[in-house]
Amino acid sequence: MALLEVRDLTVVFERKGEAPFTAVDRVSFDVEPGQTVGLVGESGCGKSVTSLAIMGLLPKRGAKVSGSVQFEGTNLLSLSDKGMRDRRGRDLGMVFQDPLSSLNPVIPIGLQVTEVLERHRDMPRRKAMVEAADLLDKVGIPDPGRRLTEYPHQLSGGMRQRALIAIALACRPRLLIADEPTTALDVTIQAQILALLKELVRDLGTALVMITHDLGVVAGLCDEVNVLYGGRVVEKAQRHELFAQPRHPYTHGLLASIPRLDAPRGEKLVPIRGSVADNIPWEGGCAFAPRCPNALDVCRQETPAQDDLGGGRLLRCHNPVRPAPAEEVSV
Amino acid sequence: MPTPTTKKERIDALAESTSDSGVSLAASAWKRLRRSPVFLVGLVIIVLFLVTAVIAPWIAPHDPAARDLIDQVVKARNEIPPAQPGYPLGGDQVGRDFLSRLLVGSQQTLLVGVFATLIGLVGGLILGTLSGALGGWVDSLVMRVVDVMLSIPQLLLAFGIGALFAKPNLFTVILAVSIVQIPVFARLLRGSMLAQRSSDHVLAATALGVKPGPIVFRHMLPNSLGPVIVQSTLVLATSIIDAAALSFLGLGNPDDTVPEWGQMLGNAQTVIDSHPALAFWPAGCIILIALGFTLVGESLRDALDPKNRR
Repeated sequence: MALLEVRDLTVVFERKGEAPFTAVDRVSFDVEPGQTVGLVGESGCGKSVTSLAIMGLLPKRGAKVSGSVQFEGTNLLSLSDKGMRDRRGRDLGMVFQDPLSSLNPVIPIGLQVTEVLERHRDMPRRKAMVEAADLLDKVGIPDPGRRLTEYPHQLSGGMRQRALIAIALACRPRLLIADEPTTALDVTIQAQILALLKELVRDLGTALVMITHDLGVVAGLCDEVNVLYGGRVVEKAQRHELFAQPRHPYTHGLLASIPRLDAPRGEKLVPIRGSVADNIPWEGGCAFAPRCPNALDVCRQETPAQDDLGGGRLLRCHNPVRPAPAEEVSV
Repeated sequence: MPTPTTKKERIDALAESTSDSGVSLAASAWKRLRRSPVFLVGLVIIVLFLVTAVIAPWIAPHDPAARDLIDQVVKARNEIPPAQPGYPLGGDQVGRDFLSRLLVGSQQTLLVGVFATLIGLVGGLILGTLSGALGGWVDSLVMRVVDVMLSIPQLLLAFGIGALFAKPNLFTVILAVSIVQIPVFARLLRGSMLAQRSSDHVLAATALGVKPGPIVFRHMLPNSLGPVIVQSTLVLATSIIDAAALSFLGLGNPDDTVPEWGQMLGNAQTVIDSHPALAFWPAGCIILIALGFTLVGESLRDALDPKNRR
């Protein structure tokens, strides 16, 4: 049985006087123990809302969550507030995008690490401090004893993200959700943080849900990738297959818009036209059709169903990109 | 305390020392304040008045209640005794030493200011925390009450509350002035609590399973206090003025053997044409101490502004 089974997860935002907005539409995916699964897409495609829904962090009023999120056989969506609170931080950890604003500015780093240890592992403060120093050491923060007494603004960006990862992993959760953990960092630090995450999830056997818009991150980290568009999974594949043979025009477009070092000189990047903001709802056609180079008439009339292509590969498209014959892609 | 050497010792030491929050915010604010002339001027004024209030009974040349110069008043047909050796500011209408009254009067004024601000602050903290942390109908209820109180001019409301008491005394003055300040603090704190509630670090703490209690008192409240601290120095200034105004209008302590600046100012009203000095000194003192607190408050506001922080 999978560690996390997300089935038909749907999030509808309802506001008085406005039409309800479906941010996440029947998203399903599994995460096996120790596996790294990517959720990929542009801003506004529902990645973050999916993660917040799994963690039960969406506001009670205004957001309607349906479907099921089975974590080790328990439906997280049906848990009480208290039940969910006891699991957060202990069974499920989360790392957010902006490391500075995710840390409490008026509390030293040490107390923010010990807080979660005291909360879930009933450690006394002194013992938790020793453990906290170990944790900071483990995520590669030098001189952890001193860093524990420092405040978030005294740490560098990379250091802060390391501290957040230490906090999220303090209780050894079986699942870690990382919501764009490298977006606010510069490129060299990004690489370090990704390497750290990779190493930690391997050593601790933690399953990782990686939320990102950066296909480079996916290439380096994820076993399985879900590409989201307009709140739905449009393509799901193993990492290698996805990069070797993207079938959905959206995935294809995302890959084509990445600059490559091995591309011939002078070759232009191919952007995806338009932006997510002008997408249409999925009813009566494909949401991606207005931006799709492959769009046919049927794309604007019928909502594409999700086809199982075998080998764990799912696709939602009327006119997919033809698999390129035997192109060697190294990732 | 010996300097800890081993890692273990150091961690033990810091486990004890890191329990109070906000150190860094205060430290970085202090760094900037030390170099601010506005702050230093305000601080000097406040310290001067505080020291005066504390040592007033010893430095006052005469008993502020004793009618030492009553003979002069009677002899000159209710004339006010002028400045003379031993009485540098002369006497008041009943022959008491004016300088002594002015010095001892600082005690009452500062007492009212400080306690009124403290009570207002505590009341505002309770209401603002309830409102900002619970939200919903509690928030609506508290905020409507606050709205009603804020819709009445502050001073007028203080007069109204002060007039409710048949026998005004020091305590009723403090109460009247402090109740008026509660909605100001409550509104301010609620606003910054709401901003905190939707902040990333509160979401991150929630994602770690931190319970609602610590979320409010460890993550939201300490981060919301900056504006409230600034406001309290400004409220100190206004409550001193409000208290003086209450005394001036006879809603203060009726026992005039205990001098108070507002009351002295009120007494001087009838003779202000012939003896403006009797109004000048207490009024000047009120303005000066209010200015001192305002200067400190303004520079604190700048120093605590997160936009200036680094």
